[in-house]
Parts: sequence; C-alpha cells; structure tokens
Amino acid sequence: MKKLGGIAILFLGGILFYTSFDFPHWGDGKSPASQHVSPYYIEHAIEDTSVPNIVTAVLADYRGYDTLFETAVIFSAGLACFFLLRVPKRKAPTVRFYRHLPTGVTLRIEKGGRLPEKTREFERIDSVWVPYDLIIAMTCRLVVPFIQLFALYVIAHGHHSPGGGFQGGVIFGAAIILFAISNNLRRSLKRMSERTSALFGSLGVMIYAGTGIFCMLMGASFLNYSSLASFFGVDRITARSLGILIVEIGVGIAVTAVMVWIYYNLSSAGKQDEGL
Amino acid sequence: MESIGAIIIAKYNYWGVIVLLLVGLYAMVAKKNLVKKIIGMNIFQTAIILFYVSIGAKKGATIPIILHGPGDSSHAVHAAEYINPLPHVLMLTAIVVSVATLGVALALALKIYSQYGTLEENEISDKIMESEPG
Repeated sequence: MKKLGGIAILFLGGILFYTSFDFPHWGDGKSPASQHVSPYYIEHAIEDTSVPNIVTAVLADYRGYDTLFETAVIFSAGLACFFLLRVPKRKAPTVRFYRHLPTGVTLRIEKGGRLPEKTREFERIDSVWVPYDLIIAMTCRLVVPFIQLFALYVIAHGHHSPGGGFQGGVIFGAAIILFAISNNLRRSLKRMSERTSALFGSLGVMIYAGTGIFCMLMGASFLNYSSLASFFGVDRITARSLGILIVEIGVGIAVTAVMVWIYYNLSSAGKQDEGL
Repeated sequence: MESIGAIIIAKYNYWGVIVLLLVGLYAMVAKKNLVKKIIGMNIFQTAIILFYVSIGAKKGATIPIILHGPGDSSHAVHAAEYINPLPHVLMLTAIVVSVATLGVALALALKIYSQYGTLEENEISDKIMESEPG
C-alpha cells in the first residue's frame, strides 16, 4: 500500500510538474486569473461600495451569497461536532479535587466531605492532575484582554486595512480558547457557557441572513445594501459600506462562537466538565 | 528559448505548491494513523491556499487596498497597480472552513477512538471483522 501510494503520488507529481510549464509566469499581471472580473473589482470597488479594501468589498458585497453560505458551513461544522461528541451531562462527580494555592497541596474530597470555603486560596482542579503555573496563568490573564481588543479592531477596521469578520472572529475565539487552556475548562465555561456559544453562533448567521431579508423588505433584492440608504439616512454608496460592516460583525460573532464551541466539545470529548 | 534561470524564477511557486500537495496527499494515502491523515489533509489544504494566493500576485503591484486620502473622492484606479483580490477572498473563507473541517475530523477521530480504542486503520478494521458474526 505504501509503495503503491508512493508510486502513484510520484506519478501525479511528475504530471503536475510537467504541466506547470504551461502555467502563466509568477507575478504575470496578464495571467488569465487577473483578466475577467478582477480588474472590474479593482477599478469599481470604491465607486460602487466606498470600501477601499477590495477584499472586503468583494467578500461581503459582490460575493455576498458565497460568504453567507460559508458562514453557514462554519456554523454547521460547530453543530456537527456537537452532535458527534456531546453526551448528556453525567451526575456530578462524587470526588472533587481542590488545590491550596499558597502551599500547592492537593485536596481530595469524598462525597459528603466538607468543601473548602470559596476563597482565592482554594482552586478546584480537574481529576487529571496538572501543575499550577503562576507564570502562564498571569501572562494569559494580562494578554487576553489585549488580544480581544485587537480582534475587535480587526473586525471594525476591515474596510480600510487588512481584516474583517473572519479574521477578527478567529482572533477573538483564540483569545477565549487561550483563557480556557491557561486556566481550565470549568472556569471558561462559567464565563462563556456552551449555550451562549451556540446561541451566538446562530445569532451571527442570523444577522447576516437577516440583513439580506431586511434589504428585501426595503424593496431591493437579497443582500442589496443600497436599499438601506433611507434606513441609515445616507446615500446609496455609503449604505453599501454600512451594510458590509453589519454583515462582517455577524460573521465575526458566528466565527468566534463556533470556534469556542468546537473547542469545548473537542477538549472535553463532549462531556463539558473538564478538559485541557 | 528562455534560460533555465528565468524558467525557475517564473515557476518555482508552482513547484513549491506541488511538493506540499504531494506531501499532504502521501500522508492521506499511505499513513495508517487517522490523526496523521488529518494532518496530511491540512497540509494539502495549505498547498491549495498557497497556490491560489500565488496566482493572485502581480509584479510591481501592491496589496488590494486602494490608496486614498481623507476627502479624496475619486481618482483613476488602474488594475495593474493592485494584486488580484479574488483569490484572497476565496482563500480567506477557505482558511476558516479548513479550521471547521479540522474540528469535525478531530471529532470523528475522537468518536472512533472511544469506540475502538485505537486510531490505527488496520487495527480498527480487524476489530470490525472480529465483531461481525461469521
């Protein structure tokens, strides 16, 4: 199998190498890929949408349908992980583990035992022992808010600089996942529960689709943001860039929530009690 | 007839992509461990992304964000000055979708592991054979 696969793949590689000579040169401005719609996008993006970042304009306006269903694909990936892995909540475990932070002593408390008072000195830990690392916990605590701020900036500034809903959403989700890794899953679930992430995931897709339907209610076709002009009180071109912003925010919310949701399910194998 | 050096400079992006693509495909075909197959799939996706992005390049052009100052309403924009935005748009969504497919693939691998206790393909098929009567 290994040899056969290797031979087949080397054969394929030979064919690809041979055909690469028929491809346009790298950096050729007259290659077929840069001929048909691409010059139109570059030359008309600003007058059509008043968005200087052409990638954003194409993503959310010219190819709005594509992105809508791309967002739906991501949401259904989150759903797929949920349906594959999620198991009903088991009864609360009879044995709990706590750590006394100043001394590092681990306490094992059987059922009926007295739980330690809720002070900062005691921290509940997973049944799989992990060392307490002050440096990691403090660094992540300091860094996470700035990553989140940066993510919001990336979403909000997607019109004028590289960025947008997908990138910002992934950065925001990564910040929450970093928090979950550096502390533990239980604490992260307290801040953003599974229900919240599922609801926000569907909310993001709904914002996107809802914008399209709202455009229809305003008397234009689906996702034609020009019709929002009278709603925002701006001209038809600026309305397009505002419509793009709303859509990007929806994408950002959906991507953030789905990333976190997938992480919750994967890291705890669907039990959502403890994990990494 | 172009010199060999000019041909290499004009095509080496494709060759890099081809090598990555073959590495990913080989991992998907020949490796028995499911996680290694998933890693191969990701390398394959990365090769496709690189291919698209390198197609969008234009010599002497800048990123596809139109230069403009405040209050600068309209000036002529030439397509040759900006790289092709279309591959970037397609790959932007492809990257996020590849993360989502990675999540689903890992979820399936987790499920298979909890069912069969192994991620090696041959061991899994042995266990399926054992469990079937006859």
